Amino acid sequence: MAQELRGTESWGLALRKHWRLYTFAILPIVWFVVFRYLPMAGNIIAFRRFRPGGSIFGEEWVGFYYIERFIQDQAFWQAFQNTVIIGALTLVIVFPLPIILALLLNELRSRLFKRFVQTVSYLPHFMSIVIVAGFVFELTSLDGTVNRLVQLFGGEPVSFMQQADWFRTIYVSSEIWQTVGWGTILYLATLTTIDAQLYEAARIDGANRWQQTWHVTLPGIRPTMMVLLILNIGQFMQVGFEKIFLLYNTLTQPTADVISTYIYRVGLTSGQLSYATAIGLFEAVIGLVLVFSANAISRRVTGSSLW
Amino acid sequence: MVNTVSTVEPVGNAVPDLARPRPGTTTVKDTPGYTVFRWVNATVLVLVAAVTLYPFLNLAARAFSSEAAIRSGDVTVWPIGFNTTTLMSVLEQDLFWRNYLNTVVYTVVGTAIAMALTTTFAYVLSKKYVKGRMLLVGFAVFTMFFTGGLIPNYILVSELGFKNTIWAIVVPQAINVFNLLVMKSFFENFPTELEEAAAIDGLTTYGIFFRVVLPLSKAVLATMVLFYAVWFWNSWFPAFLYMDDPQMYPVTVFLRNIIAGATGTGEGLSDIAVQIGANVKAVTMLLTALPIVCLYPFVQKYFVSGVMLGSVKG
Repeated sequence: MAQELRGTESWGLALRKHWRLYTFAILPIVWFVVFRYLPMAGNIIAFRRFRPGGSIFGEEWVGFYYIERFIQDQAFWQAFQNTVIIGALTLVIVFPLPIILALLLNELRSRLFKRFVQTVSYLPHFMSIVIVAGFVFELTSLDGTVNRLVQLFGGEPVSFMQQADWFRTIYVSSEIWQTVGWGTILYLATLTTIDAQLYEAARIDGANRWQQTWHVTLPGIRPTMMVLLILNIGQFMQVGFEKIFLLYNTLTQPTADVISTYIYRVGLTSGQLSYATAIGLFEAVIGLVLVFSANAISRRVTGSSLW
Repeated sequence: MVNTVSTVEPVGNAVPDLARPRPGTTTVKDTPGYTVFRWVNATVLVLVAAVTLYPFLNLAARAFSSEAAIRSGDVTVWPIGFNTTTLMSVLEQDLFWRNYLNTVVYTVVGTAIAMALTTTFAYVLSKKYVKGRMLLVGFAVFTMFFTGGLIPNYILVSELGFKNTIWAIVVPQAINVFNLLVMKSFFENFPTELEEAAAIDGLTTYGIFFRVVLPLSKAVLATMVLFYAVWFWNSWFPAFLYMDDPQMYPVTVFLRNIIAGATGTGEGLSDIAVQIGANVKAVTMLLTALPIVCLYPFVQKYFVSGVMLGSVKG
């Protein structure tokens, strides 16, 4: 049995002994190969000319033709810059908020009130992005509540969704609305695991509530923070494609156009599939490098990591 | 340290705080500073709840308000010029019902396929004695961090002939690796004695899985069904990408087209079209969100428990 647990038997023996179990894995493996790994291999058309109706792996090698092309593409760099800005804003503003909300919820004594706030704040997470986009349009429209408030304070109504200057603010606000509540779950779960004796000891040493939070609570949830941070950094380049796609228009494009929306337009609106794939591959590689570096740095510095 | 908590002197603004609440143990009085904090905290959290709920209330109010009231910007959380005309006009549209039904079908079929693939694969991955297990886990997890990207996926789905079929929506998203890991860690904690007893009784792996393991995993299966069902219900982009026939759209794409038509740059739309759009949009949004909003309070605990399971590192 101990031998078996370490999986040391030969493949032939393992397959013969557990063949029924392995049959369970056949369809999922086929699925992963076809729908995850085949598209990965399909990235090869970043270096090969693709003809619609031809092979999904392209027709002939063109080397770095498409890579060189996007490096000289002004619109690409615009999208790249927007991606980095929106990604950074999301990381700096949206990432810490669930931690703060979880700490505030943790100070509540009324369980009923706590349950109520939690239940309400999780709800937006379950809404379709189309609904969220609809909310954004409704609230920011000329007859919407936001403009109502603007007028209440003596301002002139603003057509928010038509102005490039407002796009980032609106995007980040909608992200906060949609994700912060649900983001507290893991922190709240971790908070309950912190040893009560640590608080006891801190109190005896004269630590006030703030000091207890700083020296006991935050170190207690740091591993969770790091894991979520690494995952967020891995998503950095993918900044909410679907939401931006629904929210942006030609007027807000100067600030709203990110790499993924640019890929959509280049690839599927203008039909330059190989060119769009080259940009997509670049984006995916950056994402992969980011998540591996963040993981390595975190493991070295804080000791917590994904793997 | 012989200081008992009651003898610590408050110094300046570094007020020692004596009462971290734990159920049943809170007998020490709060410092004045902390009492103020508690009131501020409660107020902030009430505001958080209010801001979170407001868009929903505003939506419901708009859906039943008159066009004139919406246009004046007076509608907040209560309908003004109450009417159900818009609701009726949306409900009378055949395309809306057609698309709504599509969403139901896509959700049911998608969830069924997803559950079949996810539970079986998770079961294999949970067995420590399976040779090549870590290889398979890595094989699945790697796809969380590196994907083919939009265009190669688009080409693949088109080449497979999935365009304008349900398969374009349900198959490429059939396994969510996060859900897979949740199921895996659940099965890892499944009592092996039960499986061993079943094996002694002569059940094969299939028998054990379908007749012992699954029936005893109802709670986690319910959680997974909910995760997938919500995902498919809310999904719109694959349908937007792969479907040309409006009769095949899910309701989310129906809604997206209304939103895009009513709030784009306004090219080619008269003011009236925009206003009717605002009204119809609210009703359509309401009807799309309704099943989830209504179901949500009852199933919320399953979602939370699912996330907790997934957080177990494995």
